[in-house]
Amino acid sequence: MMKKIRILIAKPGLDGHDRGAKYVARALKDAGYEVIYTGIRQTPDAIVKTAIQEDVDFIGLSLLSGAHNELFPKVVELLKSKNADDIIVFGGGVIPESDIPGLKENGIRAVFTPGTPIKDIIAYIESAK
Amino acid sequence: MQNLARQVLKQDIRAIARSISLIENETDITQKEVLIDTLHPHCGNAIVWGITGPPGAGKSCLLDRFIEHLRQDNKTVAVIAVDPSSPFSGGALLGDRLRMQKHATDDSVFIRSMASRGHLGGVAGATADAIKIFDAAGFNYVIIETIGVGQTEIEVMELSDIVLLVLVPGLGDEIQALKAGVMEIGDIFIINKKDLDGADRLKSEVEYVLSLKDSTESDSKHPICMTSATQNDGIGNALSQINSYFAGLRDDGRLAQKRKERIEKELKHIATTKIMASANRFLNIDQRLNGWVEEVFQKKVSPYKLLNKKIGDFLQEINWQ
Repeated sequence: MMKKIRILIAKPGLDGHDRGAKYVARALKDAGYEVIYTGIRQTPDAIVKTAIQEDVDFIGLSLLSGAHNELFPKVVELLKSKNADDIIVFGGGVIPESDIPGLKENGIRAVFTPGTPIKDIIAYIESAK
Repeated sequence: MQNLARQVLKQDIRAIARSISLIENETDITQKEVLIDTLHPHCGNAIVWGITGPPGAGKSCLLDRFIEHLRQDNKTVAVIAVDPSSPFSGGALLGDRLRMQKHATDDSVFIRSMASRGHLGGVAGATADAIKIFDAAGFNYVIIETIGVGQTEIEVMELSDIVLLVLVPGLGDEIQALKAGVMEIGDIFIINKKDLDGADRLKSEVEYVLSLKDSTESDSKHPICMTSATQNDGIGNALSQINSYFAGLRDDGRLAQKRKERIEKELKHIATTKIMASANRFLNIDQRLNGWVEEVFQKKVSPYKLLNKKIGDFLQEINWQ
């Protein structure tokens, strides 16, 4: 049997706008990945512990409240502290272009803003896996 | 691999998680077998529950409440939550843990979502070995949540000490409950969403069906519990019924019997798989299949005659009496 790619789709922070996260989760399922969906309002700690228990290859973070500069790097930092920084973190949501270089410097490997075709996300996963 | 097993025994979270991926992916069969064999002497202490029932019955929400109660008793809990893989893409959306996510930061609770990967029966092919990993790692309870089942997905019975069958009102009359299949595998019947219309009627229907069954059985009665997971109602009572039912099983020897039956099934399964694999290697079934299909299609030979001959030749060749 082939190794299956497992992806955690998680929403840190306090906004409840989960349509984007659900859309991506569903689309990744249709692309053949195993997607774990945790729902809204997850702390970075809960996301990292979930990712480790589920032994995922990727974490996709979705956030629309503006707290991405705080919470996305926090997830990466916690992964490092648990020796789990082999898990690749990408993000999406309403994120200003000007914030993207800073996020990438902090270990968010890719950022997908509104309007990104799903095939771009799949292509990214295929290239990074 | 010995090293991975050692880390599992030390309850290293990453090692446990990776071991489960190893058995799920079957990328290295030998590694998997060594891991399971190394852990085997350390298994048998966990209490294994299976939770099953139709989709939307509230299995995950109930489980969330049970974990809450078990944690108050300082018990450690591992959950294997199985959801279906898509028959089209092979992907899966694993959403059971969403209902249990408040336990995500509790180090004494380990929740693992598992896709069925084409396995029928309500669980995944890797579920049985995953139970062993959690058991050896020292979790007090290992709980399997099945896929939302229909009538025949009953494999969970072969994996657990106790099966909790979760039912909800509104899914049919008592004739449904009389049928063979999933209604026969419950040790404990939990009627969830007890605040809904029809819950009391469902309870009397289940009682009626069980009374027809229990009169012919010598073992203990099957408890029926009424719960509302979302309102946190009836959970404590259900838990104490489950615990005393389990104590009954353990004390009169039925638990040991069940576990022996589980081992018997496991050995048969391993034997069949391994014999199939080596026979495949010798007979080259996969390669020869196309030719055979053509012969059978053109009615040159009939299927049993063909295979009896081939297998006969094979057995003679390896000198098997």
